[in-house]
Amino acid sequence: MSDPVYQRVRQNPKFQALVQKRGRLALVLSLIVLVSYYALMMAVAFAPDALRTPIGQGSAISIGFPIAAVIIVISWLLTGVYSYFANGEFEDLNNQIVAESER
Amino acid sequence: MSKAFLSALAAALLAAGPALAAGDMGATAKQAINPTAIAMFVAFVGLTLAITYWAAKRTRTASDFYTAGGGISGFQNGLAIAGDYMSAATLLGLSSMVYLTGFDGVAYIVSFFVGWPIILFLMAERLRNLGRFTFADIASYRLDQSKVRTFAAMGSLTVVCCYLVVQMVGAGQLIKLLFGLDYAIAVVLVGVLMVIYVTFGGMIATTWVQIIKACLMLGGGLLLLLLVLVQFGFSLETIAAKATAAHKAGVKIMGPGALLADPVSTVSMSLGLVFGTSALPHIMMRFFTVPNAKEARKSVFVASGLIGAFFLVVAILGMAAISIVGTDPKFFEGGVVGGKLIGGNNMPIMHLAQAMGGDLLLGFMSAVAFATILAVVAGLALAGASSIAHDLYARVIMKGKASEAQEIRVSKASSLALGVIGVVLGILFEKQNVAFLVGLTFGIAASANFPVLILSMYWKGLTTRGALWGGLAGLISAVTLVILSKTVWVAVIGYAQPIFPYEHPALFSMSLAFLVTIVVSKLDSSARAKAEIAAYEDQYVRSQTGIGAAAASAH
Repeated sequence: MSDPVYQRVRQNPKFQALVQKRGRLALVLSLIVLVSYYALMMAVAFAPDALRTPIGQGSAISIGFPIAAVIIVISWLLTGVYSYFANGEFEDLNNQIVAESER
Repeated sequence: MSKAFLSALAAALLAAGPALAAGDMGATAKQAINPTAIAMFVAFVGLTLAITYWAAKRTRTASDFYTAGGGISGFQNGLAIAGDYMSAATLLGLSSMVYLTGFDGVAYIVSFFVGWPIILFLMAERLRNLGRFTFADIASYRLDQSKVRTFAAMGSLTVVCCYLVVQMVGAGQLIKLLFGLDYAIAVVLVGVLMVIYVTFGGMIATTWVQIIKACLMLGGGLLLLLLVLVQFGFSLETIAAKATAAHKAGVKIMGPGALLADPVSTVSMSLGLVFGTSALPHIMMRFFTVPNAKEARKSVFVASGLIGAFFLVVAILGMAAISIVGTDPKFFEGGVVGGKLIGGNNMPIMHLAQAMGGDLLLGFMSAVAFATILAVVAGLALAGASSIAHDLYARVIMKGKASEAQEIRVSKASSLALGVIGVVLGILFEKQNVAFLVGLTFGIAASANFPVLILSMYWKGLTTRGALWGGLAGLISAVTLVILSKTVWVAVIGYAQPIFPYEHPALFSMSLAFLVTIVVSKLDSSARAKAEIAAYEDQYVRSQTGIGAAAASAH
């Protein structure tokens, strides 16, 4: 037996919209993080020389270091992007859904 | 996540050849007593005990005890998660991997980080919306309460116990080394403080211990970074140039080395780290301490920012240590540069602290390392106690009829018991190579706990039978593969060649667990299975919206 409150929420088109939009955002951001991370790891395994290229003429720093740093920084910024939308627009939508479910 | 590094480090050492191979932490010598370290550590303990006293007066209900009443803010929880996740191994192990291998260490650092955004995108809000005190709450939400909850609780307890022993052994050796205390005294001291924090102060005290520790660790890291940057004229280029000039491997440290050359091994390692981390009971428990999903998301944003920043600092410090520590005879045994580092291979950052700020900074960093261990074991003990008292005692044995006072009493007794077990095993394992426990911790978390957890949240078709068979398949295969791997088959039993060639079982055992769970669930056509599948719809609404989730104590 489904709880009537949950049943009501399921039929609310706002719920469908929330789940779809937030789910898509989470999926896209996860893919960006995982693809860039595993691309680095595959480069480590299969194209190590590419990562040894210096960042500039005569520089001691190889390109691998900034790439690793950029993956960390971008992954973190994406947690900011997700939180911005999930705690802003989607949270408002969620609050409306919760309020409407109580009627 | 503590000694995952040490095992990884061991692999690094073997890969780097005999030139770099040196003793592990098991062979550390007792150092002279460092008064600065002890004074700073006593100050930390005094402060945390005062907080525990304050927290004890605020810990009345089971919810206060397990989750601080859900009253921790997102920012505070972010700091506490960072404090929980950045163990002594992050500070010592990661910096030393960069010191030894250069770029490979940095690639490891990235591997330890990328789990966090994934936890946020895929798990944080569902964890918060479905769970109350433990991850078994979520796994058993619509499945058979006693069976699935018992299995999930046992999985948590196994992970907690393995990890606790790893931490205890690491603590004893580290403290012996840094403070000049006896191994056994150090282990007992850690055990006693852990039990005091947890039994009296519950989650409130544990959270604040982790917050203070995170601030100390970040502060210490930044101070060290500043001193290093001043030394090198704020030029990363100079750090890199001097490192390549000073390191035996020369310019090779700027690119991938032997550590990550095998893609299968690398993928298995990274799956274990990413998904094992996200199924560690003490990490998941932190998501129940905030009032709602919004604060849960905020806490991951804060935590991953702090963890990421700290990891970048650690990478720079490791590179700087190559030229500062690696060329100074006073940090090598017998003064032979390139020989054995005093205190073993986990010490570069401590030597760097000594080089940059003398005994004062070394004392400070030592105290930070000790505080770090305390914060991690307190979180572990609390997670273990909640599995015993909330899952096994209150839900399974008493079928939800235990009073709150009884449940709290059982929690406190459990944390005491865990403290005793941790101390006894910690002392028994002093001379053992505990790297296999790290493989077990992450293997079991990723293979027995994670598949059931993620499928219970995402897959409608999961049934009790599928969860039990799949969890069991993951558990047995993870344990078997660890036994057949180098860490047990060669290091403990003493055979020349491991049967399973990789150190991390996750790629195989986790895949098997998913496969078995899905196939058995699909084949399950019992009436109960149909009811469980039907119950997904309501669980789904709650996981997305939080309707019906336990509210914060402020209400």
